[in-house]
Amino acid sequence: MPTTLTAFADVTTSDSALRRFLHGLPGVDAVGLEARAASLGTRSIKTTAKAYAIDLAISMIDLTTLEGADTPGKVRALSAKAVHPDPTDRTTPMTAAVCVYPDMVATAKAALNGADVKVASVATAFPAGRAALPVKLADTRDAVAAGADEIDMVIDRGAFLAGRYLETYELIKAVKEACARPDGSAARLKVIFETGELSTYDNIRRASWIGMLAGADFIKTSTGKVGVNATPANTLLMLEAVRDFKAQTGIQIGVKPAGGIRTTKDAIKFLVLVNETVGEDWLSNTWFRFGASSLLNDLLMQRQKLSTGRYSGPDYVTVD
Amino acid sequence: MASLFEYAPAPESRSVVDIAPSYGLFIDGEFTDAADGKVFKTVSPSSEEVLSEVAQAGAADVDRAVKAARKAFEKWSALPGSERAKYLFRIARIIQERSRELAVLETLDNGKPIKETRDADLPLVAAHFFYYAGWADKLDHAGYGANPRPLGVAGQVIPWNFPLLMLAWKIAPALATGNTVVLKPAETTPLSALFFADICRQAGLPKGVVNILTGYGDAGAALVEHPDVNKVAFTGSTAVGKAIARSIAGTDKKVTLELGGKGANIVFDDAPIDQAVEGIVNGIFFNQGQVCCAGSRLLVQESIHDELLDSLKRRLSTLRLGDPLDKNTDIGAINSAEQLARITALADTGEAEGAERWSPACELPSAGYWFAPTLFSNVTQAHTVARDEIFGPVLSVLTFRTPDEAVAKANNSQYGLSAGIWTEKGSRILAVANQLRAGVVWANTFNKFDPTSPFGGYKESGFGREGGRHGLEAYLDV
Amino acid sequence: MSESSVRLNVFKTYKLYVGGKFPRSESGRVYEVSDSKGKWLANAPLSSRKDARDAVVAARKAFGGWAAATAYNRGQILYRIAEMLEGRREQFVREVGDAEGLSKSKAAAVVDAAIDRWVWYAGWTDKIGQIAGGANPVAGPFFNLSTPEPTGVVTVVAPQDSSFLGLVSVIAPVIATGNTVVVIASEKAPLPALSLGEVLATSDLPGGVVNILSGKAAEMGPHLASHQDVNAIDLAGADPALAKELEIAAADNLKRVLRPQPVDDWSADPGTSRMTAFLETKTVWHPTGSLGAGGSSY
Repeated sequence: MPTTLTAFADVTTSDSALRRFLHGLPGVDAVGLEARAASLGTRSIKTTAKAYAIDLAISMIDLTTLEGADTPGKVRALSAKAVHPDPTDRTTPMTAAVCVYPDMVATAKAALNGADVKVASVATAFPAGRAALPVKLADTRDAVAAGADEIDMVIDRGAFLAGRYLETYELIKAVKEACARPDGSAARLKVIFETGELSTYDNIRRASWIGMLAGADFIKTSTGKVGVNATPANTLLMLEAVRDFKAQTGIQIGVKPAGGIRTTKDAIKFLVLVNETVGEDWLSNTWFRFGASSLLNDLLMQRQKLSTGRYSGPDYVTVD
Repeated sequence: MASLFEYAPAPESRSVVDIAPSYGLFIDGEFTDAADGKVFKTVSPSSEEVLSEVAQAGAADVDRAVKAARKAFEKWSALPGSERAKYLFRIARIIQERSRELAVLETLDNGKPIKETRDADLPLVAAHFFYYAGWADKLDHAGYGANPRPLGVAGQVIPWNFPLLMLAWKIAPALATGNTVVLKPAETTPLSALFFADICRQAGLPKGVVNILTGYGDAGAALVEHPDVNKVAFTGSTAVGKAIARSIAGTDKKVTLELGGKGANIVFDDAPIDQAVEGIVNGIFFNQGQVCCAGSRLLVQESIHDELLDSLKRRLSTLRLGDPLDKNTDIGAINSAEQLARITALADTGEAEGAERWSPACELPSAGYWFAPTLFSNVTQAHTVARDEIFGPVLSVLTFRTPDEAVAKANNSQYGLSAGIWTEKGSRILAVANQLRAGVVWANTFNKFDPTSPFGGYKESGFGREGGRHGLEAYLDV
Repeated sequence: MSESSVRLNVFKTYKLYVGGKFPRSESGRVYEVSDSKGKWLANAPLSSRKDARDAVVAARKAFGGWAAATAYNRGQILYRIAEMLEGRREQFVREVGDAEGLSKSKAAAVVDAAIDRWVWYAGWTDKIGQIAGGANPVAGPFFNLSTPEPTGVVTVVAPQDSSFLGLVSVIAPVIATGNTVVVIASEKAPLPALSLGEVLATSDLPGGVVNILSGKAAEMGPHLASHQDVNAIDLAGADPALAKELEIAAADNLKRVLRPQPVDDWSADPGTSRMTAFLETKTVWHPTGSLGAGGSSY
């Protein structure tokens, strides 16, 4: 039997204990990490494997709209697309979820009308996370109460970068508790690190461990709102973290790269990373997601190409 | 259990390369039969399919080729450096243009994965010519005095593990400095050198400047011993290297030897573990371990031995062995039946001497020469697999307790070609690198090559350096 | 002055210089050394292969420390050798004159050139690394540095004719870069070499860095050339037949071999080739990478 989180109980007893633990994790060599990610990116995925990968990728998308200009109409259109990504081909899988702001959760929920597409809501003063703890928790509870199946929270990068690791940990724990529903179930919690702001790979590995120890169901790269979002390298690093965590605790945690993944080719590279780093245990939308919007249309065009033999064009997929 | 996401075959097309049923020797700008008419077959190691039949050079052919090179030397060495440079730039460009063809050819003849010929061998070949092209008219500035002179005719004998890359390492600096060349590729991998002859033709290289003799060791020996050869360059086994050193004793021939190795890859407990695992895999399984600078001895700090071994085994289980032309293949075929027998025998010795043998589950193709990635643990300095160069995908794992012990064990070898150091502590890298008696030290990386970077060994790994400014010295009368 | 009042001078017993000490040959053998006119000068030790073996042990033992000494420190010590020699200039002028049949002024010129040669190499110790090494601009995210390092234990067959300047010219470049040396002095004129040992012993040079043997190159040479713990051999003073024999023996462990080269004038600018002949180039790769994951090119 695997050991459990109790093995790490001592780690979170104090700021200094947590710091010692995090700084004792193996370092990350940036060049080696990026070279490995690039090398896996040269895998050539053809024919049947490609068809499988495209459908898998579609089913892993958290179809996202996170704009100030989001309206109920926009959210309803997005929801419809999540259920029927390709209106001309009903064999196309549904996306995993739609991802919206908390005030749009009810709209999305209604639009999905019971289809097997989750509603994910960002929370905790997304994207900057600059708000008081009670506000973040209220934001979370609101979204859960409105019917969110999943919460995408952001960590306080300021606290992390200032070295207040325990505070970062406690925030995630508190949000996790706020994900609980009255019936005893809970929304699944995705923890966004905003890797582009954490800047170093060592930081990303440390943040991953904070998230995993605090009870994250998913660890997620980014908000999509900064210059550098998901990359093969930072996603590979986070996959290594969930792999190591499972080996040590038996607890499986999902990974969600978000932002900047726009093409089928990119998406397949990420699936190869999953396949060769953590294996097929993670090759489902229970454990791996893409935070994306424009990616879906590219996947659909590639899917049409595979089924018809003709290259498709933007007029043959829906603009939402 | 088959993965849900099993990659479909993704073979590189063979149609980009057109292999003729037979090839002659390339002497004085012409393809010609061997004087005695002998030929031999070259096969694809992954299938044992006969690829072509090539002429087998004998002593008479060596003499003819050396005479052609001597004749060409006068004009070639008198050519302004800037003109020689342009020939080399042309060659570099043609190699780039034909790189897919050459990559497929090399994979067919050598058995190594297309991923490597495409992403490592060919780019490095072109880069090497490009680098030395630029030197041809700048030799006055190379630090060997004004107007350094070429040596004359270079006799060059190269191995089968990187056929075209070793050719580039030999021919590019030789021509840049104004020498002419007679080169003998290995008998199991003659084809890319013959295609290179065609590239010389396309580049308009004057006749006799490059001569290619396909053949066996006897032809190599005849070339090395030929009295009108001024420079001997050899890459291959230490045993042959010693024989060459003896045979040229008392002559004026300048010699460089790039020989065997038993590289130590040292992993400290504070290493970036995930990257170290990649480095270990790259260090010993790149080109099926048929690399003189392979990291064939893993020296791991005892405190992380079990953890690292688990990670390594998990990683080895993801290696994909099979059709070298498949773009997703990580491990290709062993180059020849002879080499396979040697690897097999040494691995069996390791087992017989009590080392613990492990290989990932992996199905070997029925035809061709194959050896599963293999790891030996519980190895000590006394084991044959820790001392002898295996030249195959076989890693020996040893432990150490302190940096001093790591250095002592790493240096405890008659070889001194390469070493690796894995630690996040910068000062330890520098301290250990300082102490290692090895010509190339990779810190937190492994098996990296570049035309600007000198390569070559200490001790019985040979002498002289190839690459960089240092590589010029071997071909200049300085 | 009457016969009885003439002071009888004190002869010197010439000894080997090995491991910082002055042993006699373990064989107990000596041979007669005469000047150019055949006049007996002294008995010199006729070293055996066991003396050669002991010298290699001493040279190997000294190698680690000498190679690890700072280049500045090595330079200081080589310069100290020049200082010590300058102080014993008259002695060496006499010994070189006797050994090589030179007039006092010519012998003085030779000794001066030898002293200056130590100064030349003293200045090279901390510069050769900059000349022979450097950063290589590799096409990737790596810092790549080539550094020259000493080959190890070097055996030198010293020039036969130039017993002092020739000797200094072949051993100084070897040790300047951190190698240690076992030198077989000129067979017919070994006395200046043996006296040099006395200078080296008082110049802060660690024992074993230079080991001086007198005797027959043809007797000791093969053992040194085939010795598995010797890394290189300089055949400067070997005749063609011996040079070939030693080069063949040297192949047993692939020693670096510097073949005999004709030298008309040992006082000419020596260049750097005698140093680089006994240097290895070590190239170290190290990843540089980006400062942060944010700078990734993906």
